[in-house]
Amino acid sequence: MSNSERPNQLLRNLNAKVASIPMILTALVVFVGGTAWTVLYSFTNSKLLPRLNFVGLDQYYRLWATPRWLVSIENLLIYGVISLVFSLVIGFILAALLDQKIRFEDTFRTIFLYPFALSFIVTGLVWQWLLNPDFGIQRVVRDLGWTNFSFDPLYNSSIVIYGISIAALWQGTGLIMCLMLAGLRGIDEDIWKAARVDGIPMWKTYVFIIIPMMRPVFITTLVIIAAGIVKVYDLVVAQTSGGPGIASEVPAKYVYDYMFFAQNLGQGFAASTMMLLSVVIVIVPWAYLEFGGKKHG
Amino acid sequence: MAEAAASMSGDALRREALSRDASGPSGTKPRHVLSRRNIFLYGTLIVVALYYLLPLYVMIVTSLKGMPEIRLGNIFSPPLEITFEPWIKAWSQACTGLNCDGLSRGFWNSVRITVPSVLLSIAIASVNGYALANWRFKGADTFFIILIVGAFIPYQVMIYPIVIILREIGIYGTLTGLVIVHSIFGMPILTLLFRNYFTSMPEELFRAARVDGAGFWGIYLRIMLPMSLPIFVVAIILQVTGIWNDFLFGVVYTRPDTYPMTVQLNNIVNSVQGVKEYNVNMAATILTGLVPLIVYFVSGKLFVRGIAAGAVKG
Repeated sequence: MSNSERPNQLLRNLNAKVASIPMILTALVVFVGGTAWTVLYSFTNSKLLPRLNFVGLDQYYRLWATPRWLVSIENLLIYGVISLVFSLVIGFILAALLDQKIRFEDTFRTIFLYPFALSFIVTGLVWQWLLNPDFGIQRVVRDLGWTNFSFDPLYNSSIVIYGISIAALWQGTGLIMCLMLAGLRGIDEDIWKAARVDGIPMWKTYVFIIIPMMRPVFITTLVIIAAGIVKVYDLVVAQTSGGPGIASEVPAKYVYDYMFFAQNLGQGFAASTMMLLSVVIVIVPWAYLEFGGKKHG
Repeated sequence: MAEAAASMSGDALRREALSRDASGPSGTKPRHVLSRRNIFLYGTLIVVALYYLLPLYVMIVTSLKGMPEIRLGNIFSPPLEITFEPWIKAWSQACTGLNCDGLSRGFWNSVRITVPSVLLSIAIASVNGYALANWRFKGADTFFIILIVGAFIPYQVMIYPIVIILREIGIYGTLTGLVIVHSIFGMPILTLLFRNYFTSMPEELFRAARVDGAGFWGIYLRIMLPMSLPIFVVAIILQVTGIWNDFLFGVVYTRPDTYPMTVQLNNIVNSVQGVKEYNVNMAATILTGLVPLIVYFVSGKLFVRGIAAGAVKG
């Protein structure tokens, strides 16, 4: 911009540099430094205090031999697939319904999005109450006459992660709907006119014309959902505290518990490094697609 | 395809002309309101809307009932006798551990965390975004890219090093420490928000101010700040809801007497001791959700802009 005319020295543009000190410190000390520190210490046998006593990949071997971690990973995968599929499908369908030039669009959008304003703690506690077998939905249906009705996902270890997913979907689909709606609004009206004139049924227009055109929106949404999946923590803490037993543990909770309760820092660092790795696996291909392929930005 | 379209529309026109001949003038079609399409469309939307509203309704209804009524009745039925006792108890008497002064403590802690965090993070990020947009210096973009990439790193990776840093400075466990943490993690998304906004402003404005002799801070305070109030509002909405709703940082960087509201709420509701008072729990849950809900309903469309920007937050 304006700094290309004169040859510059360190003091030039000093104010801008001063203003950027917080950013530089955050980027270098916290993001780069902190990450490198954690990865480095994940190769040590730190217990209560971090110590540089290297033990190679021991923490990782132990991690992948711990049933609780394996359960966490399995839960994350199930939760992830459910979140991805259902929030994309429901979010898109809701957006498509709202895009039909309906009345009260703002009211409907406000209703679908309000859970997103609530914290995961609040979300988790409400759904804990709704899914309470003694008072919640199960009890209500039984009182209606179906005395054998059983719906207690939070107390049944084989389906508890689905109970958590229900709450997560309630909280998060509104956001996906909003992103999709913005995408749909960006589509040229003429495309719809042409499809109508050609007599293509509406669902076919969506599946074969509109969705392929919305590819960038879908990719961005996918990254947003994926980033949210990996960090799921508060919802589980509020809804089940990881129970029954260890049936609804997730990696983020494993990290926290090992760092701050079990006083086994090395395990916590190794687990968090695995989390980092999973994010890298998702983000790098996306960044490559988004910024690597086409150079115009 | 164009030909096909033309002939199709020709057909349609002819058909319309025919029908008009047959049935006289046709203005708006009254049968349209209750068409099968509309029934399906609005029916689906209403059912889904009810599903989304149900938890809020159950929360409110439960919080207004007495415990005997909850044990006997149905969670969906409205209260027979409305009582505000649970709300009072949740606010001023509910216990966490040894403290029995209710959620009010958590509420005021959250206020004392949220207000300075929002101000500090926005002050830092807006000046920073301004520097990145208008006063670029060598290397600035490198740090900016690191910052944005860093937004995707799971917080769990950076939690412990920050504990050490805060402990070294001597503010681990204090509200100040938590305010700094919130400012750090709010920086990527806010800086991006402000940088993009300032970049989109006409450059002539900046040049003219420079010609008139205004410096870095002068241009920021007298031109950029007053001209970018909408983006400041978006940033405030984003930060208030985000920081108020935070749980992880609260639980890691504060002590029981400085716990924010979310952490205290979770401790109240999920405490193992004592008889479960579901009405008090639900009143406490609503109280905790109230601030972001009010922000949401008041801010309307701006909230959508805020979350669309904030959704990327790692």
